[in-house]
Amino acid sequence: MTLSEEELAEELRDGVMAGAPSRTRLIAGRFFRSGQGRLGFAVLALMFLLAFAGPLVSPWSYLDKDFTAFLQPPSPGHWFGTLQTGADVFAVTLRGMQKSLVVGLLAALVSTALAAVAGAFAGYFLGWTDRTVTWVSDLLLVLPAFLVLAIMSPLFGSGQWPLFVITLALFLWMVTSKVVRGMTISTKEREFIQAARYMGVPPVRIIFRHVIPNLSSLLIVDATLNVSTAILTETSLSYFGFGIQPPDVSLGTLIADGSRTAVYAPWTFWFVAGLLVVTVLAVNLVGDALRDAFDPSSKRAR
Amino acid sequence: MAGFLARRLLNYAVLVVVAASLAYLLAATALDPRSNYADRTPKPPAAVVDAQLTALNLNDRTPLLQRYATWAAGVLHGDFGRSVGGTPVNDDLRRRVGVTFRLVVLGLVCGSLLGVLAGALAAARQYGWFDRLSTGLSFVVLAVPVVVLANMLILAATWANEHVFGRQVFLVSGEHSDGLDTGFWGHALDRLQHLVLPTVSLSVGLIAVFSRYQRNMMLDVLGADYVRTAMAKGLSRGKALIRHALRTALIPVATYFAFTFGTLLTGATFTEKIFGWHGLGEQLINSIFRNDVNTVAAISLLAAIAVLCASLAADLLHAALDPRVRAR
Amino acid sequence: MSPVLDVRDLSVSFGGVPAVREVSCAVRRGEVLGIVGESGSGKSVTSAAVMGLLPPGARVTGSVRLHGRELIGASARELTSCRGKAMSMVFQDPLSALTPVYRVGDQIAEAVRVHQRVDKEAALVRAVQLLDLVGIPRPSERALAFPHEFSGGMRQRVMIAMAIANDPDVIICDEPTTALDVTVQAQVLEVLKKAQQKTGAAIIMITHDLGVVAGFADRVLVMYAGRPVEVGGVDDVYYRTRMPYTVGLLGSIPRADKGGRRPLTPIEGNPPSPAALPPGCPFAPRCPMRIDACEEREPPLFEVGEGHRAACIRWKEVAPYDAGAPEVSGSARRERPPRAVLEVRGLVKDYPLFKGALFRRRIGTVHAVAGVDFDLRQGETLGLVGESGSGKTTTLTQILELAPPQQGSITVLGHDTARLDAARRTGIRRDMQVVFQDPLASLDPRMTVHDILAEPLHTHGQRRPGRRIAELLSLVGLDPSHAARYPQDFSGGQRQRIAIARALALEPRLLVLDEPVSALDVSIQAGVINLLGSLRDRLGLSYLFVAHDLAVVRHIADRVAVMYLGRIAEIGQVDAVYRAPMHPYTQALLSAIPLPDPVRERARDRILLEGDLPSPADPPTGCRFRTRCPKFRAELTGDERRLCVDVEPEVRPLGADQGAACHYAERRDVV
Repeated sequence: MTLSEEELAEELRDGVMAGAPSRTRLIAGRFFRSGQGRLGFAVLALMFLLAFAGPLVSPWSYLDKDFTAFLQPPSPGHWFGTLQTGADVFAVTLRGMQKSLVVGLLAALVSTALAAVAGAFAGYFLGWTDRTVTWVSDLLLVLPAFLVLAIMSPLFGSGQWPLFVITLALFLWMVTSKVVRGMTISTKEREFIQAARYMGVPPVRIIFRHVIPNLSSLLIVDATLNVSTAILTETSLSYFGFGIQPPDVSLGTLIADGSRTAVYAPWTFWFVAGLLVVTVLAVNLVGDALRDAFDPSSKRAR
Repeated sequence: MAGFLARRLLNYAVLVVVAASLAYLLAATALDPRSNYADRTPKPPAAVVDAQLTALNLNDRTPLLQRYATWAAGVLHGDFGRSVGGTPVNDDLRRRVGVTFRLVVLGLVCGSLLGVLAGALAAARQYGWFDRLSTGLSFVVLAVPVVVLANMLILAATWANEHVFGRQVFLVSGEHSDGLDTGFWGHALDRLQHLVLPTVSLSVGLIAVFSRYQRNMMLDVLGADYVRTAMAKGLSRGKALIRHALRTALIPVATYFAFTFGTLLTGATFTEKIFGWHGLGEQLINSIFRNDVNTVAAISLLAAIAVLCASLAADLLHAALDPRVRAR
Repeated sequence: MSPVLDVRDLSVSFGGVPAVREVSCAVRRGEVLGIVGESGSGKSVTSAAVMGLLPPGARVTGSVRLHGRELIGASARELTSCRGKAMSMVFQDPLSALTPVYRVGDQIAEAVRVHQRVDKEAALVRAVQLLDLVGIPRPSERALAFPHEFSGGMRQRVMIAMAIANDPDVIICDEPTTALDVTVQAQVLEVLKKAQQKTGAAIIMITHDLGVVAGFADRVLVMYAGRPVEVGGVDDVYYRTRMPYTVGLLGSIPRADKGGRRPLTPIEGNPPSPAALPPGCPFAPRCPMRIDACEEREPPLFEVGEGHRAACIRWKEVAPYDAGAPEVSGSARRERPPRAVLEVRGLVKDYPLFKGALFRRRIGTVHAVAGVDFDLRQGETLGLVGESGSGKTTTLTQILELAPPQQGSITVLGHDTARLDAARRTGIRRDMQVVFQDPLASLDPRMTVHDILAEPLHTHGQRRPGRRIAELLSLVGLDPSHAARYPQDFSGGQRQRIAIARALALEPRLLVLDEPVSALDVSIQAGVINLLGSLRDRLGLSYLFVAHDLAVVRHIADRVAVMYLGRIAEIGQVDAVYRAPMHPYTQALLSAIPLPDPVRERARDRILLEGDLPSPADPPTGCRFRTRCPKFRAELTGDERRLCVDVEPEVRPLGADQGAACHYAERRDVV
C-alpha cells in the first residue's frame, strides 16, 4: 500500500519522502531469481506473443479455408497442416489460444475479485453477512457447475462470450472465498486491524485498506492458478460443445475436432493439445514461483 | 452433538432442495424437449406431441411452476419422472450409479494411495531426485485436461495394440464386450481390459493432486516441534517421520479424500463420456443433448447429495482421526 | 569429577553465516549450568547442536563429548542411542512439542520403549509413575488424555516426564518456562529440581531470564552475538561482573523488589546481525566503556577469577552493577489526583463456551470478567496484572470497544459508554489510544511508517499530516527521515516506538498499553519503559498498563490492580502492595517472581500454588481463590473456611490506598 498520488505530491513538497517502496521490487527479484519463475514467465510471454502476434505473420486467417488442401500434414504452406474443412491448423490454433487466454485471464480476475470481496466481508462482519455468503457459496459448490454452464451454453453463442466468462467466474470463486474468509477472521484478530478499529477507522475502509491488501499474496497466487483452472474448464466445456460456440473457436472445440481425426491425422490434435498443455503448465509455474516469492519461508507447491 | 447434527442435516436438506429446484427450473427453462420431435419423419401432429410432452411433464405450454410442482411431488415420493424416451429415470439411474461407483472407487483408491506414497517420499527427501521428478511430473499432469489426457491414452493404446501387442489388449470403449461366452475368467479379463484406461485417466490426475497435497502437509509438519521431540526421545529420523509426521499429515489428506469422492460422482463425466461408460456422468451430457429435463434434475439432485454426504463424511473422518477436533 | 558433557569450541553456521562461535562449556553430574542471552544470541542453536537436532544445512565444527564419547560427526545410529537416554531435552513451547494425535501416556511410553526392552504394559505403567513423579494429579487417568486437554504448565510437566524417562545424565532445557505464567513457572522449576534430585542429572538451562538463572543455576554462561562473553559461578557473574554487557543486562531489568522510580539503564543500540559482525568486540558499538582498542580484534575470554572468565579487554575496570540498597519503607507518597479519566464499575463480561472445532456446541458460559471496579485518575498509571485467564485482556477489550457493557458501567473521560452516540464515540477514540504487545503485529506490514502514522490523523480529519509525523517520530526518538520505510526495516524496540508514536498522533489523554514491552528483549525493553515514563510526565498522559510482568508494573505504575479469575484480588498504591501484599494470591504471585539476585533468590521462600487456574466457566463458590489458597489450605480452621466457601469477598480497603478481596487478609513481606 503506497500513498495516493495527491498525498504523494503533498509529501514530496514537505520533503519527508525518501527512498522508494521496495516490496514489489523485492518480490519481483525473488520471482525472477527462481528458475521456475523465469521459465514460466518466458514461456507464458511467448505464448501470448504467439497468440496475438502470430496471426500477423501467418498467410492464412482462421476463417480462410484452403479448398486445395483438406486434412493435409504440415507443409510450408500450412505450418501445422490443415483440417478436414481445409482450415489452416496454425491459424485456428492461434485463434483458439487467443480466446482461451482471454477467457482464462478474465474469468480468473473476476472470480478472484469476487472471492476477495465476498470472503473478506463474510470474515470481517461475520453474523448474517457470513451466513449469507457461506450459504450461497455452499449452494454453488453443491450445484454441478458443469451442468449449469452446459445448460446455459446456447446463450453463449454469437459473440456472447463475456457472459460465458462471467458464468465461469461465478463457479470458481467459492473455495478461494472460504480461504479468504478464514484468513480474514484471523487477520481481523491481528493487532494492526484492532489498532485501526480502536482508532475509529470505518469497517469498509479497514477491509479495503488493511484486510485485502494483506491477503494480496494469496489473491495474486490464486488468480494465477485460477487462470489455469479457467482455461481447463473452458477447454472441457468447449470440447463437448457447451462453451465457446461456433463460428468462434477455442482450444476445446479444436481438441474435440482433432481427437476424431487424431489417429490418421495427428497434426490436427497434437499441436493444439501441446500448446494448451504448455500454456497451462507455464501459468502454473508462474503461480507457484509467485507463491514462493511472496512467502519464501514456505517452499510449497501445488 | 445430536442437536448439532440435526441442525447441520437440516441445513444440508435445504441446500439439496434449493440446488435441485434450481437445477430443475434452469433445465426446464433452457432445455427444449419439443425440439426432439421436430426432426422426426414423418413429423408427428402437434396435438400428439403435446399429449406426449404433457404425459412426461415436459410440456412447455404448461406453466413452469405447475410442472415444477408435479416434478417435486414425484421426487418427494421417490419418483424422478420419466426420461424423454418414456422410460423411468429411476431405473436408468439405478443402473448407472453402480457403473460410476465402480469406476470412481477404483480410480480414487489407486490415485490417493499412489499419490500419498509419492508425496510422503518426496517430502522426506525434499529437493532429492524423487522430489524433483514427482514435482515435475505432477506439474505436467496438472496441466493436461482430462479430455486431452483421455484422448492421448486412447491414441497411445491404439498405437500399442497395433504395434506392440498386435492384438486388442486395451479396450477403449464401454464397460465390457457384448456377447462374450468365455466363462467367468474370460469375462473378468474382458472387464479388466476395459477398466485399465479409464482408471488410469481418472487416477493420474488424482495422483498428481494427492502427491502435491501430501507433500505440502508433510513438509508443514516436518519442521514441527513434536517431530523434533520424537527425535530427541531417541527415535531415528525414519521412525519419527512415519510415526509422528506422517500420521499427523494424513489427517487433512484423508479429509480431502472423502471430499473428492463426492465431487467425483459427476467429476468422472469426461472420462465416462470419452470411454463410453454408461455411468451418471455420461448420462448427464447425453441428457443435456437430448433435452431430458427430468434426468438432468435427477442427476443434479444426486450430485448435490453426494457432495454434501462427502463433506459430512470428511468432517466425521477428520473428527475420528484428530482428537483435537473430536467432540468429547 | 570429570564432566558429563564437555563442549569445546563448538561453532555452527548456516549458509556461511555464523550462529554460534566457539562455545566451550562443561557440566558435571548434578550441576546446573545456565546459558543466558537475548534472542539471536545463539543459545538455542547451541542446545540443538549438542543434541544433534540442527536442521540440515547447518555446518558444525568443534567437539561435543558425552562421557568422553564424541558426538560431532557420530553416526545417526550412535546419536539416536544417546538421545533420550544419556541426554534428553525439554523444549520451550509445550503446546507444539507433543504430537497432537497420540495420548500423553503413549508418548511417554514410547520414550521408555525406545531405549528399554520392556513390553507395552510395563512401559505404560512406567509412564504413569513418571506422570505422578512430575506432579500430575490422577496420573493413570491423565495418561489417557491427549496433549490439547492439558494446560501449558501440565504439558511442560509431561515434557519433563518424558525427558527423565530413561534416567538421563544431562537434561537440556531450552527456555522451559518462557511460555508459562509466573506461578506456573515456579511450579515447573520446582518439578525440574525434583527431577534432577531423582536422576542426579546435570541440567543445562537456557533462558533469557536472569532471574530464573539466579535461583536455579550453579554456573552461568552469558552469550552475545553467538559467543560466550562471560562464564563463571553464579555469584561471580552477578556480583563480580567483569563484562560490560552483563552489567548492562543486569541494569536494564526492572525489579520487583525495588521501588521508587529510578530510570533503568538500557543498553544503547541493537544486537549486531550475525551476518555483519563488527570487526572487533561485537559489543563494542553498544558498550559504554568502548575504547579504540576494542575495535581492533575480538577479545578472547580472559581468566578474571577462579573459574570466572570474561571477554573484555578492560575487565579490570568494569564496575559490577549495583542494585542499590532496598529502599526504605514509607517512601514518597503522593496524593491521588482528583480527576478520573476512566472509571469501571461492576464490569461483567461472559462468553459462550463452545466445545469441539467441528461439532460446535455450547457447553457453558465463561465468566471472563465477573465484577471489576477500578478507576484511573488524570496523570496516573494503573497497572493491571494477572496471569492468563485472569480476565485482564477482556477488561481491556471491553474498555476499548466503547460499547455498552453487559453489566456494570464504564466511564471514559466523563462519558458513560452505555450512553454514547456514534459521533461522541468517535470523539472519545481521539482521546483514548492503544499500544499493543507485539509491535510487528500491530503495524500493517504493507504500509510505510508515514502511512501508519497518517492513518489516525486522516481518520480524524487532518488532511496534511506531514509535519506532525516528523514531530511524532522525533518525539519517540526516531529519525523523521525514516517515514518512508516499512515496519520490517526496524528492530523490535524501534517498531514499538512507532506504535507509540501512532498512539500519540491525536494527542490523546488516556493511553491503554497492552503488554507493551513483553515481546522485547530486556536490553531493549528498558529503553521503551523509560520512553513511556518520560512521555507520561511531559504530556500529562494517563496510562492503563496491562501486563503479566510484575516487575515492569512496579517500575512504571502508580497503582496496581491484581486480577484473578475475572475479579480483582488486590488493588492499591504500587509500593504498598509490593512491599506488603495482603491477598494470598498477590503474595504467591510476588513470591514466584524470580529476582536477578542469587543470594536473595536462594534465601527466598516461595509460596507455591497448587494445580492450575480453575476454569472460568466453572469458578469455585465463594472466594474464587480458595481452591488454590495456601492460607485456606493450611492456616484456616474449619469454621473460618466456611466463610470462604460461602461468601465471595469484595475488595475492602485495608490501608491508605490498598484493598484486598480476602476475608482474612493480612500483610506479608514476600518479595
